[in-house]
Parts: sequence; structure tokens; C-alpha cells
Amino acid sequence: MNPSSWISKIRSCLNLFEQDIEIENLEKKWLYVATIMVGFFVIVMGIGALVLNVNPPSHWETIDSASLHLSSEFAEDKLGVQPMALPDGTIQVQLVAARYGFYPREIVVPADQKIQFRMATLDVLHGAHIPMTNMSTMIVPGHVSEVTTVFPKPGEYPLLCNEYCGMGHDHMWSKVTVLSQDEWAALKTGGKQP
Amino acid sequence: MIDTNTKRLALFNFWIAFGSFALACVFGIYQVLERSGLFSFIQSPAVYFASVSTHGVLMAFVLTTFFIMGFGYYTATTSLKMPIWNPLLAWSGYAICLTGVVLAAIPLLLGKASVLYTFYPPIQANAFFYIGATLLVVGSWFWTVIMIVMFGKWKKNHPGETVPLPMFATTANAYLWAWTSVGVALEAVFQLLPWSLGLRDTIDVGLARTLFAWTLHPIVYFWLIPAYIALYSYVPIAAGGKLFSEKLARVAFLLILVFGLPIGFHHLYMDPEQGTIAKFWHMVGTFAVALPTLLTGFTVIASLEMAGRKRGGKGLFGWIGALPWQNTMVLAAILSLLMLVLGGFGGIVNASYAMNAMVHNTAWVPGHFHLIFAGTVVTMYLALAYHLWPKLSGKKLFSNDLALTQLWTWFIGMVIMTTPWHVLGLLGQPRRISAVQYNSLLTLAWQPYELLMIIGGFVLLGSACLFVYILFKTQTEGTLEPQTDEPNIQGEAVVSLWLNNFVPWNLLILGLMMLSYGWPILQFFVLKTYNPTAWGY
Repeated sequence: MNPSSWISKIRSCLNLFEQDIEIENLEKKWLYVATIMVGFFVIVMGIGALVLNVNPPSHWETIDSASLHLSSEFAEDKLGVQPMALPDGTIQVQLVAARYGFYPREIVVPADQKIQFRMATLDVLHGAHIPMTNMSTMIVPGHVSEVTTVFPKPGEYPLLCNEYCGMGHDHMWSKVTVLSQDEWAALKTGGKQP
Repeated sequence: MIDTNTKRLALFNFWIAFGSFALACVFGIYQVLERSGLFSFIQSPAVYFASVSTHGVLMAFVLTTFFIMGFGYYTATTSLKMPIWNPLLAWSGYAICLTGVVLAAIPLLLGKASVLYTFYPPIQANAFFYIGATLLVVGSWFWTVIMIVMFGKWKKNHPGETVPLPMFATTANAYLWAWTSVGVALEAVFQLLPWSLGLRDTIDVGLARTLFAWTLHPIVYFWLIPAYIALYSYVPIAAGGKLFSEKLARVAFLLILVFGLPIGFHHLYMDPEQGTIAKFWHMVGTFAVALPTLLTGFTVIASLEMAGRKRGGKGLFGWIGALPWQNTMVLAAILSLLMLVLGGFGGIVNASYAMNAMVHNTAWVPGHFHLIFAGTVVTMYLALAYHLWPKLSGKKLFSNDLALTQLWTWFIGMVIMTTPWHVLGLLGQPRRISAVQYNSLLTLAWQPYELLMIIGGFVLLGSACLFVYILFKTQTEGTLEPQTDEPNIQGEAVVSLWLNNFVPWNLLILGLMMLSYGWPILQFFVLKTYNPTAWGY
């Protein structure tokens, strides 16, 4: 069967549906209003996603959570703010989420610059969220979570675990210090841990 | 026409539902007190997380499932005017559900299943918890079958007639539940059970989360549909009018059934194991399912307006004052719709794809679902109980005034509790913490809201106790009173093929489910994944 006959079939089906339902005028108007409202939201988010690349963190990459300590990226000595920025100026931060903290427990990053967090858990589910910012992601055993953000305001932020992860869940947090670009430049250590 | 057996079946289901509800409220008050940090002697993460897990299971799984089963049996017999098909099957399902609840309750109360009602492996609970939860689902399938068979039998005996709206909606809910429960059933049978029984060492967490998300969203429509049945079938009549449009009501139920299912990934927006295309697609569906709720709001408010004008209400808003506010069903509908509007706005924020990052897993989320579920849905369950208790027990409601007080306090308590919760979420407080331990200035901003929540919690607990008291008094000490049958809510004369059967809609759902969950599930079998072993807590 060719596509045009499919389309005509669907069309006749829809016509039948419309005749069959026979909705009152007022209801029809409300249906249009509701559809336009919902459609507007979806279109705004569609533009955001396609044009501005505003998407939730959805990076697919698997990793063996049981051997993070042996991996080239998440071994203890590789964690934290990376000394070299990526070619496009993005600063990469590797963190291990584990009961009960994000390791290393304190990091310093610059404001107004892209920060890419790459995180993996070595035990159970965790969630990472820096309140008042859009830095948020789940950290799922077996997967690497990647989320990129820019912090517009310098200051001290808590990085909180927001997924129940055990009896010490309340205690799971780390400290993120965001420096202004000037302070960051003054920090001659090149972005290493001060 | 309601026979003794159906009455007994409904009451047995309802008492489990509302008993669990009251018990869960007691856990709730402990939780707001514990997390406030005011009373150091009750602070204990072990007790808190056991309590949260039990509260969630009782409210979300036990109250709902038993209430929906009881109400389904009542609706089927009264609207179809036929006895329950195969009562033995119905009682067997009831027994299986109850066994499941008991089996799950033991480890929960002993603190051996503090994995929250969302399971979330690789934290592992005692195997009896998963066995109990599975039995609860399996038992509810007996109900599903009975509803679908009764719908089919009635149609066979009444060719060319339209199935009454309450039963049409109940059958839609039975199909919805059949589809919904598959996700968690697959997770339980192929992942959680073998893993917790020691037959398998590891578990694919990404797959488990995906399967749970399959269930996690449509299950809320499973809970919501009985509330909508009340709004469409009982409220207009109680207000002294009639339903504005029965066709639109049917369309709304079908839209919920179709669009409610393939959209679970809005719970996984922040997860790494699903990609942007799948998440975006589920977002579109999530917004589409706002349509039936917008339709319901319109139709129910229009019905109320017609009733108010008929009662002499004039002007743009005069009809609101003219409504019978002394009627529990009408009062509940007004309060319920108010909370639906507020909660609906919050829901649109949650559903908004990347913006979800701001509120994901913060206190905003329990604030939202308490407003929608404990507010909108449970308020209608309460009103239905006041409506049904006299019919089931043959006795006059103990006190209409107390019932009105109860509904008002439930509303007020819910507003006092959920408003600070939403604010706390915007201030970044994570959900599911047993105490504020972070050494950060941010936490100072949280304190006043915690205190407000305690007040809300006490109002709610008082309201829940009053509710159970009224039902108990009605049944034990109420004066005998002859009961009227439910009014006929008969289908309109024109039989619409589309709005009178579920075959095309189930086929559509099948297609949508394959589109929404095909690759997202298949990927775990095609791509290399690493599965962790079990962890305690």
C-alpha cells in the first residue's frame, strides 16, 4: 500500500471520528485553547532543545562502578578540577560520588566559564544538586553522568546528594567555591586545588 | 441494586484502605517532627527511613489499590445493575493482596526494607518486601479481570447501548492498570526477586529504573481516575445539576488512558541511562496528558456553574456562592479542584524537561505530589467514603457537620504543609533527608518552613482521625435509614463506536508503548552495561 492511500485512510478515519464525537461549540473552543496552551509549552521547549541545546543531562557512557579506583579517569589521583582546560575553554571536574560525599570534598571553580562535571558512583544511586543553580544530575551505578553548566554568581555553594543512598544520606554533601574570573586568574595554581 | 456480597466486599476493601491511611498519617507526623530537628530524642535516620518507606507504601500502594478495588466493585454492580462476576475470584484477589501487604509490612516495620516505596536498587531490602509488593499487584489483577469481563458481559447483553459512564471509566482504569503494572512486575519478577533471593548477584540499575518509570507515572492516573469518576458522576448531581457533557467526559478518560502511559521518563530527566530523544518524546506526551485534566476542569466547573445558576446564583461569580457548600461531595469537589489547579502548575514545572533540573529530587517534588495525590485525589476518596458508607452499611452518616469539618481541615492542613514544602524545594532542600546536617548558610533559610510543616502535619493527623471516627461511628452507631439507589448515569442515546469500546485504544497504546519504551529498554540488552552487586543501607 502506498503512502498516499495510507494518508487518505487516516484522514477518513479522523473524519469519521469527528462526525462520531460531535462536540458542542463551547467545548470545542476550550479544547482549542487548551491545545494551543499545551502546544505553546512544547514548542518553547522544542526551540530550547534544538536551537539553544537546552537539554537535561543525558550522556550515555557506561563504566564498571566496582573498579573505579582502577580506571584512568576516576582513580583517586585523577579526581577534582582538571589542571588543563578542554580546547574550548571548558573546565572539567571529575568527581566520585560515594557514601557519604562527593570526592574530593572541596573544589574551586571559576564563574562565567563552562564547567563540565563528570561523575560516577562507586556504590549506590546518588543525586547531585547545587541549590539555586541548574547543576543537577542523577548518578547511577554503571553509568558516567555528565553535566555542563556555568555559574554566574561567585560564592560558596553546597553540592548536595538528593537521592536516598543509605543511613548517612543526610550527611552527604561537598563544598563548591565559585570564584570570580579575577580571583580565578589571581589563583596562580592554574586551577589545581588550592 | 447492591447485594450483600458486594457490600461486604466493598467494605472489606475500604477498611483496609482507610485503616492504612490513618496509620500512614501517624507515620507522617513522626516524620515532620523528626526532620525539624527540634526533638533530639526522636531523631534517628534508621527509624525515619523505615517510617518514610512504610508511609509511602501504605499511602501509595495500599490505600489506593484497596480503595480502587472496593470502589470498582461498587461501581460495576450499581451502574451495570448486575452482580459481581465470579465473587470467589474477587475474594481470592482480596486475600492475595492482603497477604502481600502483611508480608511486606513485617520487614518494613522491622527496618529491613528501608528502600522507600520506589525500591531503588542496588540498595537491597529483605526478599519478603518484594514478594509482598508483587502479591499486592498480582491480587489486583484479579480485580482488573473482573472489571473487564463485566464490561464485556454487559455490552453483550445490551447490544447497541452505551456503557454507563462510571463503568466505562472504571474499565478504562482497569486497562490502564493492566498496562501500568507490567513495568514494575517485570522489574520484580526478572530483577528484584531473583536478586534478593540470592539467585543472581548483580542487578542492572539503569534497566530497573526504566521499568519502574514505566509504572511510576501512569500509576498516578490509576489513583486519579476514581476521583474523576466522582467529579463527573456524583458531583454534578450532588450540586443539583447535571453533567455538562458526557461525551467530553469519555474523551477525557480515553485521553488519560492513552497519553498517561507512554510518558514515564519525566521521572528520569536527570538520569544518565536515557537519551535526549527519548526524554523529549516523553515530555511531549506528558504535556499532552495535561489536556484531559484541562477538559475535566472545564466540564466539572461548567457543571457546577449550571447547578449554581439553577439554584438562583446570579452574575459572574454569584453561582459559586449558590452552590450547596454543606454537601460533602460538592465541598470536596471545590477543594479538590483548587488543589488541582495549584498542583497542576507545579506539575507543569516538573514536566518542563531541562527546567526540571531546578527542582528534581528537591522538597518541591513531595510538595507537588502531596498537593495532587493527598490533596486532590484523597479528598475525593474521603467524599466518596461519606457518600458510600450509608449505602454500604444501610445507616445514616454519623454527622454531616463533622464530615464538613473534616474536609475543611484536610484542605487547610494540606495547604499549610505543602506550601512550605514547595518553598523549601526552591531553596534547594533535597527531599528524603531525615535531618539538616549540612554546614552551609543556606540551611538557615530552611528553618521557619520546617516549623510550619509541623503545624500542617498535626492538622492533617487530626483530620484523618476524625475521618476514621466518623466512618466507625456511622457503621456501629448510625441510625438505620433506607438507602436510595445510585441515579442512572446512562449513556446518551447516540452510541459512539469510538467511545464505547477499548480495542482501538489498546492498539494505539501498544504502538505508543513500543515507540516510547522499545529502544530505551532494548538498549540494556544490546549495549554493554555493568551491573553492581547489592548494597545494604
